Parts: sequence; structure tokens; C-alpha cells
Amino acid sequence: MSRQLHARRVEGFDKNIWVEFTQLISDYKVVNLGQGFPDFGPPSFMQEAYCNAICGGASMHQYTRAFGYPRLVKIIAKFFGRIMGREIDPMEEVLITVGAYHALFCTFQALVDEGDEVIIVEPFFDCYEPMVMMAGGTPVYIPLKPVITGSALSSADWLLCPEEVASKFNPRTKAIVINTPNNPLGKVFQRDELQMIADLCIKHDVLCISDEVYEWLTYDGEHHIKIASLPGMWERTVTIGSAGKSFCATGWKVGWAMCSGHILKHLKTFHQNSVYHCPTAPQEAVAVGFQREYDVFGTEESYFRQLPAQLHAKRLKLAKSLRSVGLQPILPQGGYFMTTDISSLKVELNDPDTKDEPYDYRFVKWLIKEKGLAAIPVSGFYSPEHRADFQNYIRFCFVKVILLMDIQNESEQYRENYTCKTFFKQIIS
Amino acid sequence: MMSPSSTCIFRFFTFSIIAFACSPSFLSRTLRSSTVTGFLSFLVLAALAEVVQRSGQVPLCSATVFDRALVVQGMIITQLIHRCRSACCVLEIHPLRKLFSTKSSMTSVKQKNAKRIEGLEKNVWVAFTSVASDSSIVNLGQGYPDIPPPSYVTEGLAQAVMVDRLNQYTRGFGHPSLVKALSKVYGKVYGRLIDPFKEILVTVGAYGSLMSSMQALVEEGDEVVIIEPFYDCYVPMVRMAGAKPVLIPLRTKSSKKTNFSSADWVLDQDELASKFNSKTKAIIINTPNNPIGKVFTRSELQVIADLCIKHDVLCFSDEVYEWLIYRGHEHVKIATLPGMWDRTITIGSAGKTFSVTGWKLGWSIGPEHLVKHLQTVMQNTLYACATPLQEAVARGLLHDFELMEQPDCYFSSLAVELQGKRDRLACILQQAGMSPVVPEGGYFMIVDVTALNQDLSHMEEDKPYDYKFVEWMIKEKKLAAIPVTAFCGDESRKQFEKYIRLCFIKQDSTLDAAATILKNWSKA
Repeated sequence: MSRQLHARRVEGFDKNIWVEFTQLISDYKVVNLGQGFPDFGPPSFMQEAYCNAICGGASMHQYTRAFGYPRLVKIIAKFFGRIMGREIDPMEEVLITVGAYHALFCTFQALVDEGDEVIIVEPFFDCYEPMVMMAGGTPVYIPLKPVITGSALSSADWLLCPEEVASKFNPRTKAIVINTPNNPLGKVFQRDELQMIADLCIKHDVLCISDEVYEWLTYDGEHHIKIASLPGMWERTVTIGSAGKSFCATGWKVGWAMCSGHILKHLKTFHQNSVYHCPTAPQEAVAVGFQREYDVFGTEESYFRQLPAQLHAKRLKLAKSLRSVGLQPILPQGGYFMTTDISSLKVELNDPDTKDEPYDYRFVKWLIKEKGLAAIPVSGFYSPEHRADFQNYIRFCFVKVILLMDIQNESEQYRENYTCKTFFKQIIS
Repeated sequence: MMSPSSTCIFRFFTFSIIAFACSPSFLSRTLRSSTVTGFLSFLVLAALAEVVQRSGQVPLCSATVFDRALVVQGMIITQLIHRCRSACCVLEIHPLRKLFSTKSSMTSVKQKNAKRIEGLEKNVWVAFTSVASDSSIVNLGQGYPDIPPPSYVTEGLAQAVMVDRLNQYTRGFGHPSLVKALSKVYGKVYGRLIDPFKEILVTVGAYGSLMSSMQALVEEGDEVVIIEPFYDCYVPMVRMAGAKPVLIPLRTKSSKKTNFSSADWVLDQDELASKFNSKTKAIIINTPNNPIGKVFTRSELQVIADLCIKHDVLCFSDEVYEWLIYRGHEHVKIATLPGMWDRTITIGSAGKTFSVTGWKLGWSIGPEHLVKHLQTVMQNTLYACATPLQEAVARGLLHDFELMEQPDCYFSSLAVELQGKRDRLACILQQAGMSPVVPEGGYFMIVDVTALNQDLSHMEEDKPYDYKFVEWMIKEKKLAAIPVTAFCGDESRKQFEKYIRLCFIKQDSTLDAAATILKNWSKA
């Protein structure tokens, strides 16, 4: 064909960090601490719920309500309504999507137009930028910056400058995207930080898109706060969540967008003209999971409590191992990931294939090819203008059993091979 | 007063400004501005529009520009009101944040939707699926089976869910075992090697494939030819991609009085050729067609292919019902015609193949230079489809691949089962005095209700006859169908408004219940 085939909206978006690195990871035998998914399964009650759904009659395998399986939207509305202290209308204020990714896509496509600006807090989950641009919007970036106090870096030390944030708002600003707990840093935004953002949203009549997929994963007594629960924010915030992250079932791809009806109706219009429905059986299974969590919320039995407790220990062990080989990890307050400063390591990176790439990309590719360990380069989570300043960070995912040290029944050999410290010493030396 | 010549010049000048101001991009930029300049611009435009309105005789300009001036005036006044409200809310916002924020958001200009979804809120399915939950209604409306899917398919899903790693993310463009299985099955069907990683994309249903194709390959300034009646999502998807849908109806050429078939509905070749021009980017075809059930013949597809090649146009071929072909007919893939592989995206559906519409898995198959753009869209929109479902579809495909061309193969056994249901439904519709159009493929049948002479004048809403008929039928006869004008543009309404669509992939008990209603039709 002689004419230009592709639409301009896909121009420049063919590269994707996940596609690139998951391909590389599958080509080499590696310990995968790269892409953010657990190397274990969801809790057995979830697998059972899915199997029960599969056997639950013919209707479980046919189309359900387009905007969300009724049982699921009802329990989500009830569950989050209780947390937020408000009545959430399941039919008008909750939309089920194919993962949080799709919720983000629906939100941008439904609400962002050519000429709109969308403020993105850096470092950001990489899809926000192409999604804003595909919707014709202009991303405007505001970086979190480290303010180092003491010797141990924590994600709490990464802050926004209020004056700088305020300077990014103007009449063209349509929305601001926040992600708390943040990927890749693990920052959990505090109430005063969210209030500062909320004040600006209200002052400038701006929407807030709040990606809260890691909402249950907070450590050291940190508390996840929903910006939509702040005064004046429910009616201008789209809150996005994920069953995949909540229940360690990332492959189920069930997510949701929750917001006031007058905004959600636009997401629904886009949804009904893009995928129209989401699969039925996994929605039933997630509904069962949420019902269980609603019943045991706040108790020892709650999975939303057990999971962060398990990960808490893994997080500390990974940090300790990284420090033992001279790296500077940033201890995350929440989420699945730990970002580490690699500037203290001097490694000869001789691969001619990667010579034009940022240092962290080159380092991670070397780590994968030569050392059998996968991570993700953090400069991919920065805007083009700031990427060059953040080439010394890589991201590890610690939702991995392979990081366990205290498996009672494992053999000595297993313990020796997979002890974090030894493992990383092997890698780095 | 001005002399006649200066009046003319003044009017010409004024109308030119108004005409320019009516251009969408200028208006949107001006109306967004909150600066003093923007505000003054409003006043100038409002004044000019007022002058035009009061100028009376307008020999120099057409009524269109005159009307536009009134519209512009109206818009400006509305915007001024909005801006005043927003300004008030900003001023009062801090001490009374909670009280005023709801009010301000309800009138907020910025919380308006993006232009791409303008006018796309209505959807025939959302309106009619509430019927599905009412068990007193016999539902032959929405197209999904009420018969169970094959057990090996659902068992495959249960097995996949019990494997830990199959509950986590898989490859974005399609789970490896699924794309390999698709490559195997379709490699055989197409008679060519299909690269599972470069020539296949797995999507959220065929719907997702249609969307990915539009977003990847269609944009503002493009035209897309769509054959009526069409599956209703094609037009909104084309519009959402910023392009213009160009419709062409199938027409009945036959002078038959009875025994109508979907084969009687054909495209007028000259009319079709007239729809192609330099702006045409793609044509969407659906074979077997929903709702008519037409299976395009090789020669019909050749006509379309010739036009695609002549005008350098892409073809999106929606073939979700490809396995449901009745005796005496053959499904032909347009991508197999000479010169067409390189310009065609062929769309398929696990939901329709295995009677699992609620699994929402579909696929796009085509040449790498097209599929790579769909993959770009995928990685920036959904990233990946669900893993356990993909694994189960892969196992189902491999199971039936081994049985292909044998009677046990679900791809053919389902068609045999449905043929009986098709014939039965056609018979009972005829007996009730309606005129069914017997489909060559798919699982829908459209039926002409003219002969029933049902008086619906008591229903006053301004809707096409078939919408009113279906609403009346649901309420009075407890039988649900879908109005066929939902599948066509406004201009073709008259042609299709006496038809309703019935779905026959239903259990015998459902069809029995429908038969009872139809038998007693004239008695109530």
C-alpha cells in the first residue's frame, strides 16, 4: 500500500518498556524481579470462587451488564462506601473495566481533548503519558524530588514542591493524575499533600484521576488516603482500582473506575463503544472475594491485611540485601516496588546494542543478559525532559516468594542458593 | 445611514467574520480563553451577530450564514453565563468549599466530556438488555446463547485457574499458547503460514479488535464505507476515531413474494463504486452478516476487493460468525482473494466460536505492517487480555483443530444444530403471518412484520416503527426482539423499519415458548 496506513494518534508510541523487557526476560533465564506481578498465585479462596463461577450455570459464560456485573458493582459500592463514609450508587458511580489500565484509558478518552493539559506527577506509571497524548492532550510534568533526611532513604523523603505544583495549573489544565501508593517509588501521599492538590483542583476546576491500585499495600503503619474523600473532591475525582493487584491475580484483568455519576456517564459512553462488556465469570469471582473481605475487614483474617504483612518482611529483606552490596535502596512506604540508586556501582557496560540508551536501561539489560536478574529501569517512568536526570535508578518488584529466607521445610541447598544476600553478592561481583 | 454600496461591504465584512468565527477550532480556542482579550472577543462577536440579525434584508449572504450568526450569538451568551457562574464559584470557594463544590461541578465547563464521544451516549443494547433479567419475557433479542458451551472449554478454564502462574500477566499481544493455536487453526483455513507473534493480536472480544483497528488505522479526514444493515458499533467507532462513516444499504432485488432468503439482499455495484473516493480509508464488511445473515459470495467479495485494490483501501472483515454457515453455502475469507491479504484485518471471536460470549476474547489477523499498529494501540490501551481465559480458548482450539472436517468438530456441529433451530423458527414465524428472511449464516433472522398490520398509532413517541413494534411486543406478547433500524443510518430507515431481528441460538424450551406466543398471536 502506498498511502500512510497508521493513524497519527499511534505515532511515536510503538516502543513500550513492558513489551521490550518482558521479551528480553523471556529470552534469558532470569530471576524476575522486573515486571510487577507476584510469582505466586492468588489466595485459594479466589481460585475457588472462580471455579465456582465457571460451574455456576450457562449465564456465567454469556454477556453480563455492560458497565459491570451487578453483584460486583454492588459489593464494590458497599465496600468502598463504608471506607469513604458515603453512599455510592453501584449503577451510576461504579464502572468495571478490563484492569485498571483500561479504566485509565476510558478516563482519558472520555474526558481529555485536544488542547487540554494533564498534569502528571513524576516518576509515573509509564502508560499515563501515551494515554494522555493519544487523547490529544498535553502532559505537563511535576517531579517528586528527594529531600534526604538521615542515612536511610525512604519514599517519604520524595516530595512535591507546592509552589511548583501550583505553577503548573492554568486555564487549559483539565486533570491531574496521581498514583498513591506510587509506582515505582512506593510513596504514600500524606493527607496534607493530597489536600494541597485538592485545593488546586477546586480552585482551578480541575479533575483528579487517582490511580490507587496498590491501596492495600502500605507498611510501617502508613495509612492510604483516598483523595476523593476530601471535601469537594468526590465530584471531581475518578478513583481507579484493581482486583489484580488487590488479590494477587494480575492475569484476571478486572479493574474499576469510581466517581460521581455526572463524570462516570462519559466513561460509560466510551466503554460501550470500545469493549462494551468485561468477562462475566471473573467478575463473579471478584465479587465473592470482595464480599469476604467486607465481612472480615480489619480482622486478622482479612487478605487485605495479611498481604501487606507478608510483603512487609520481603521488603525489608530486599532492602538489606541491596545495601549489603553497596546499593542505596529507597525504602517504599507502600506498593510492590523498591527503587534503588545504582550510582555507587561501577560496571563496564560494553554491549554495543545498547550504547545509545540511558544508563539504567543499559545496566538492566546487562543485569538480565550477564547476571540472570531482571529489574526495570526507572528513567522509563520519567518525562523526556527529565529522563536524563534519573538514569541511576532501577526498580525491583518484591512480591516474590524467591525472596523468602525463612522457609522452614526447604533444603539447605535451596536456602543457600536463594538467600538474598548471597544471591545479590553473586550478581554484583 | 450608510450608502447601499457601503452597506453591502459592511455586511460582507460582518458575514465573513461570522463565518470564520463559526469554525469549530476558532470557537473552541476563544471560548476556552478566560483572558480579557477572550472576553472582549465575545463581546465583539456578540455585537456583530446582533448587527447581522437586525440588518433585515440579506442579499449578499445565504440564510445559512444568517442562521449561523444566531447560533453563534446563542452560544456566546450561554458561555458568558457559564463563565460568570464559574467565576462566582472560584471566589466563594474557600470558606464554603463543601457547599459550593457540587454546584460548581454541575455547571462546570471543564467537566464536560471529550468531543470524540459527543452524541454517542445512546446504545440499543443498553436499552434492551434490561429485558434479559425479566424471566417472564421470552428473550430472542440480544445475541447470546442460552445453551451451555462445550464442557471441554469450561473445564479448560477451571484447570487454567488452578495453575498459579496462569493467574498473572501474560504476553500483551496474546498469550503464547493462544496465538500459536490460532496460527495453527487459521493457517489451515487460510492455506498460508500465519506468524503467531507478528500477524495476530488477541483483543477483548471482536469488539476490542474493531476498536483497535479503528484507533490504529483510521483518523480525522478519513471516510469508512459501511454496509447497511451493520452491527451497530461500527458507526460510533468510526466517529470516535474522527472519521466519517459512508453508508451503503443491501437491497432486495428479488421480486419474490415468499421464501425470502438473506441471499436476496445484495449490493448495487455501481452504487458501491460511487462510495469510494480519495478519502476512503477502509471498508467494513461482516460476513456472515448481522442482522440479516447474508453470507457474501466469492464474486460479491471480488467486487469489493477490486474496489479496495483500485482505490488503495483497507478492509476490516468482521467474521465472528464464520463457522455458522448453513448447508449449501460457503464462508469465503476476503483476505484470501488475490491482493487482499496485505490490506485486510480479519476479526474473529472466541465468544461466538465456542458459545462463550461472556469470555470476551477475540482476535485480529492480518499482515505485520498493519497488525503492528493494532499492537501499538493494545499496549497503550489495555495492555493485555486475561490469562486464564486465553489459556482455555487455546486448549479448546487445539481440541477442535484435531477434529476439523469431522462431524464432531464444534466448529461444524454447532452449525448443524443451529440449522434445525433456524428452520423451525422460520416455520413458526410464517405460520404467525410474518415473513422471515431465512439466513445463510449466523444466528439471527430478520422478519418482516408488515403483514400483521399492527396499529401502533397509540404509541406517540417519535421512533421508527420497528422500535415501537418491539416495545409493544415485549409488553403485550412477552417476546423480545431487536429493531433492525438500530443497524442502519437515518436515510435507510424506511427500508428497514418493518423488520425485527430474532436470535435463534436458544434452547428448545425457549423456542417452544416463543412458538406458543406466536401461535396465539392473533388470539389475544
